[in-house]
Amino acid sequence: MREKVKPEEKAEANEIAQACSTCFEVPIGPIHPALKEGIRFTFWIEGERIRKVDIRPGFMHRGIEFMGTKRNLIQVLYLAERICGICSISHPLAIVQAVEQAAGIEVPPRAQYIRVIIGELERIHSHLLWAGVAAHELGFDTLLHYVWKVREPVLDILEDLTGNRINYAIPIYGGVRRDVPPEKYPVLKDALRYYRSLVDDFVNFFLRDPSIEARTRGVGVLTPAEADSLCAVGPTARASGLRKDVRQDWPYFAYPDLEVKAITPEDMGLEVRGDVYDRIVVRLLEVVQSIEIIERCLEEMPDGEITAFPKVAALLAHLKKAEGEGIGRHEAPRGEVIHYIRLQAGEEAPVVWKVKAPTYSNLMPWYPMFRDQEIADIPIVAASIDPCICCMERVQIVRDGRAETMWREELLRLSWDKTRRIVGGLGASHVAREGI
Amino acid sequence: MKQQELLERLKLSGFKRALWVYHLNTGGCNGCDIEILAALTPRYDVERFGIKLVGSPRHADVLLVTGTVTRPMYERVKRIYAQTPDPKVVIAIGGCASTSGVFYESYNVLGPVDNVIPVDVYVPGCPPRPEAIIDGVVKAVAKLERLMEGREG
Repeated sequence: MREKVKPEEKAEANEIAQACSTCFEVPIGPIHPALKEGIRFTFWIEGERIRKVDIRPGFMHRGIEFMGTKRNLIQVLYLAERICGICSISHPLAIVQAVEQAAGIEVPPRAQYIRVIIGELERIHSHLLWAGVAAHELGFDTLLHYVWKVREPVLDILEDLTGNRINYAIPIYGGVRRDVPPEKYPVLKDALRYYRSLVDDFVNFFLRDPSIEARTRGVGVLTPAEADSLCAVGPTARASGLRKDVRQDWPYFAYPDLEVKAITPEDMGLEVRGDVYDRIVVRLLEVVQSIEIIERCLEEMPDGEITAFPKVAALLAHLKKAEGEGIGRHEAPRGEVIHYIRLQAGEEAPVVWKVKAPTYSNLMPWYPMFRDQEIADIPIVAASIDPCICCMERVQIVRDGRAETMWREELLRLSWDKTRRIVGGLGASHVAREGI
Repeated sequence: MKQQELLERLKLSGFKRALWVYHLNTGGCNGCDIEILAALTPRYDVERFGIKLVGSPRHADVLLVTGTVTRPMYERVKRIYAQTPDPKVVIAIGGCASTSGVFYESYNVLGPVDNVIPVDVYVPGCPPRPEAIIDGVVKAVAKLERLMEGREG
């Protein structure tokens, strides 16, 4: 396949190598104090400026999709939850949609609202967590401690509603495991009121602070065109001005009733610049949006059943008979998460399970973001996409000890092959027709 | 000396020295990692006891290890253990680090942390609450004191 490399791609590679002949190579990771997860960056540095970056993931890869195809679907749900501890409701919410589509299960409306409530509570906790980590990467530890202090009440609420601070185990195929009873509403409303009262403080601490502005304005810029062509998702894309949100574009659960709109910095009357500052703005606005969504859910939530299958044995029997494929998409705090599942009648385990986590799409935007930045800005730029490495880990198989560089065409061919393998020729014709 | 007595003595004398911990994720899911961070932040605030997260294993007394060990991390975990100065205590945080949890029968999972390096304290839970993590660290202090006095290998 090597000879198929386009000349301009080769020229570009040579150009980078040439430009970097005077550069120093600085490897960071896989174990490093900035991010808690293992990923290796290699920076080529000229003076204080970054000229080129290379990313080597794969250290956290556990082979979850492979394990999932050996277990029954209830066990797969537990496994999906443990893809990531921070997005610990996003993956289950995506996989239940996929399985419900494949097995043709109707979900009661109350369960849809409860799923939205827990999902939005997770967004609040995740965005606050990110705000703390971002403050830490800027060297502003007072703010880290403040943010993590005010993050605790939302974890208390989640514990009250679900029984655990992290890994809530709320969604199940056909509904949810636990109801949010009306006597819990006042506690939930109190917590939402508390967060509303904090919004002004957050705006003051993050957006009006001169030192934060100096460290984040114009740093790690991702232009709208780059965000679009590199398929950025979630707050990273929205901070670059793309109004892209699964809750708005393909509403699911109770979101069609709630009329969610994608948020960009324009909503705060700011000009879109696509830098780290804009990513802070978007995440803060999304916390406010989540508060509003939960408040509306509490008002509009209908009464009724919370699951279509109260008995797990009946559910398992139904799933064993089911045949077909399904796709589940959910707007996780970091962006769009997609789960694909294929079931076969008579098989307890899924035949194929494919996960695309938001960070996987947000890795490529790191390249334009790091371009010509200073060394001191590495931590905040890396953290600005809210990377969740364990969600997206991939593995490279090296045959005969020979690692190769793959170019665009070969990668495209491999992904076509994979699509053919997964969907058995069905999707491949579609891919060929569309000429993607 | 019995452990109970030792703990009583510790309670009276306070910790003899500040405890520096190094946090190592060997392939976990972030769940335990954010609970460790939560233990350091104001609600639980272990820094008031002198327990501090450090950026290098060479400065650490205690290794907090989270997650099941993946194949690429194997050599690195052993190296980090070797880089930590003696006397040291290793705490396995969470179900994955203690027993490998839900991750088994995979091509890239080597199993729990004690397959690779010796572990002194196990903190079960998925993820363990910050209180449980602090309890594990307190048990590690007791062990570290015994090691300092040369009572144990």
